[in-house]
Amino acid sequence: MTNLMDRLRAMGEIPLVKMSAERIRRQWVDYSFLGAFFLLILVAASMSDVFFSGQNISNLLRQIVTNGLISLGMLVVILTGGIDLSVGSVVAFSAIVVSGMINKHLPLPIAIVIALSVGVLAGAFNGFMISRFKLQPFIVTLATVGTIRGLVYVYSETPITPLDQSFRTIFSTAIFGPFTLSILIMLAAFLVALFFINRTTAGRAIVAIGGNEEAVRLAGINVRRHIILAYIISGLCAALAGVLLASRLGIAQPSLGAGFELDAIAACVIGGATLGGGGGGGVLGTFGGVLTLGLINNLLNLFNVQSYYQQILKGVIILFAVLARRSNR
Amino acid sequence: MSTESRNTLQMHGICKSFDGGLVLRDVDFSAEAGEVHAISGENGAGKSTLMRILSGAISRDSGEILLDGHPINVANPFQAHRLGIRAVYQEFSLIPHLTVAENILLGQMPVTKSVKWIDWPKANQAAENILQEIGFSGLDVRSRVSHLGVSQQQMVEIAKAVATKPRILILDEPSAVLSQEELKRLFTLIRKLKQDSALVLYISHRLDEVFEIADRITVLKDGQVVGTVRPKETDQSTLIKMMVGRALSEIYPKREAKARPTVLAVEKLSREGSFHNISFTLGRGEIVGFFGLVGSGRTQLVRAIFGAEPATSGEVRLENRVLRLKSPSDALRSGIALLTEDRKRDGLVLSCSMGDNISLASLDRISRWGILNMRRRNEGVQQKIQDLNIRPPESKRLIRYLSGGNQQKVVLAKWLLTQAKVLLLDEPTRGVDVATKVELYQIMNDLANSGVAILLVSSELPEVLGMSDRVWVMRERNLVGEFTKAQASEENLLAAAAGVNV
Repeated sequence: MTNLMDRLRAMGEIPLVKMSAERIRRQWVDYSFLGAFFLLILVAASMSDVFFSGQNISNLLRQIVTNGLISLGMLVVILTGGIDLSVGSVVAFSAIVVSGMINKHLPLPIAIVIALSVGVLAGAFNGFMISRFKLQPFIVTLATVGTIRGLVYVYSETPITPLDQSFRTIFSTAIFGPFTLSILIMLAAFLVALFFINRTTAGRAIVAIGGNEEAVRLAGINVRRHIILAYIISGLCAALAGVLLASRLGIAQPSLGAGFELDAIAACVIGGATLGGGGGGGVLGTFGGVLTLGLINNLLNLFNVQSYYQQILKGVIILFAVLARRSNR
Repeated sequence: MSTESRNTLQMHGICKSFDGGLVLRDVDFSAEAGEVHAISGENGAGKSTLMRILSGAISRDSGEILLDGHPINVANPFQAHRLGIRAVYQEFSLIPHLTVAENILLGQMPVTKSVKWIDWPKANQAAENILQEIGFSGLDVRSRVSHLGVSQQQMVEIAKAVATKPRILILDEPSAVLSQEELKRLFTLIRKLKQDSALVLYISHRLDEVFEIADRITVLKDGQVVGTVRPKETDQSTLIKMMVGRALSEIYPKREAKARPTVLAVEKLSREGSFHNISFTLGRGEIVGFFGLVGSGRTQLVRAIFGAEPATSGEVRLENRVLRLKSPSDALRSGIALLTEDRKRDGLVLSCSMGDNISLASLDRISRWGILNMRRRNEGVQQKIQDLNIRPPESKRLIRYLSGGNQQKVVLAKWLLTQAKVLLLDEPTRGVDVATKVELYQIMNDLANSGVAILLVSSELPEVLGMSDRVWVMRERNLVGEFTKAQASEENLLAAAAGVNV
């Protein structure tokens, strides 16, 4: 045992100096969130026989793919101290574009690439306006919410049903256990993000920009380029979510995705992110947030609770999460 | 000299310490109504601290304050206002998006009788009357404060304080941003206040001003009163001696003076409104001090050499290569690093860890294809933590939980990790405890001995004298003199910086 401790210390995992009270409290909050999460699962399992069924787990996982991907992009933007309200519109845009392209008989991969490019363009536009003209992210993306939604309706006023059946089946066929391709894509995205944020120069720069933009600029880092990159990542994630959602629903409505940004922001905040910069938040925390929100939706559905009550409860949980973390800063 | 009983204001045995450092030690100060009393001293002598205690902005550790012989308690600015004590500081306390009239009448805007709406005609008239009365007419009371120039804002600030007819008016460096014309009007106002038997406490770096307006001058040094003199009975060089007369202590490492090959050559560098036609050289392993009063353009100069605010003309050569300095990354690539004067504002990312901060400026150096080499990063960070003796030596600790001295070491570590050949240090020991100061001096000395060229910008005379092989003095955006180590003394540096002949 002591041997193990020594080795851990040598690896720098356990500091020799006593942890500050501050850090203990922060970790306590993280652990208590984790505890609450497992308690929730326990309650769910004891009250419903269906909960642990393969069908339900698969449903739960498939349902969190959309919010999972959007939240991941949102996290990257929030880390820079910004926010991206336009993700819901981007979801609709990419869903309707991918469906439209498929119905124009373009090969599936090309249709998907075009849909993803739409998200990249939207993100690049947001990031350019914000970093080039020093505009507030909230205002810029609030404006593009409407603009992009308008473009969606210009593209098609009516829902589009992708006629290619393989587009529906490829993402939703189980590969092993309850894991479909769409779920695996989301999990892979989280792994990539984990690596990107912690192990790349761009990731570290993005985290630092949220803390002190001027210090980052003086460290010889191109701040503008990294802010644009963050919004591109957010747009790309939202577009990917749109493609997978169109595949799952089998129909792309121009009104799709309204309000999705709120769920994504909620997941990030539950995961410990601070809006407006100032650090906190990470990929794992956000995954926890996504899972928690998904679990609550799933449970309330199992117990046939009306969706209005779901919204009320979600709001209460977000406020509780923010309150619990407030004392940490 | 007046008798004790006639003194309107008496401060006895005032002590104050910040972060364990004694800023005021047992200060006795008294002044009477109807006089202009100047307070002089070097940066950090404790002038502003003493005035802030009097105006309730900060609390004293011990000592008592008497007004008309009665002890008073000024725990906050509000109590000070009620006692008739008003202060005008260097930082503005105006609300930028309100009008001049609103700022002057803040908290006492006239309202209409019927519905309690703001009575704008009345408010503007009242504000105009106040400005007229104190001789500041010509300001448009309807314009927003944010639309005014700095000097006009200063006038509004003074007007706001004077409008309350204070018994004691504290002016902390009021002339720093005023034009000659505005200064004249301020002096007229001060003389009028004097006639109305108010007490004016006047802090200024500019000795000719002090000699013109003050009836008495109290000199502070290292938080202690050196003495109180009358301008008529003394001269400026005597006053400077009182302000600085101190031997260099042994906290500075010994440095040997010798000729060194030039590394950095700055030629006719200018930036409109910031600095003008600056030329100097910096040798390999040399420490060159830059001394000047606040606002002399030193900070803008080093920021230009670093590419943070590029110069508009002139050139910078590093090892005989002309550099194109349009951004900090240009400077860093050439081997120039800048430690900025305010570490919290633009030196540190407080929400990140020590390791992230130390490696921030070297991310390109420790990565390939944009992917960090974590082993190299951690080794580099650990090495700097050891070299600079940063406490606690935990690279994962968040910066905000470190002491000021260790935070400053982290900023320095960040620039050292870039392996810069030229270090521009802007006030590197500001807000740092004495023990860390000594460590930082030792580190600078070691760096210079290893061949790094250091440009040391500092407002602390002892530091400039103790560390520098040569000293340049800046005044009003120009370089006004070069002193070798042998020539430099506190008197002639201060005289050159203030534009006085000793």
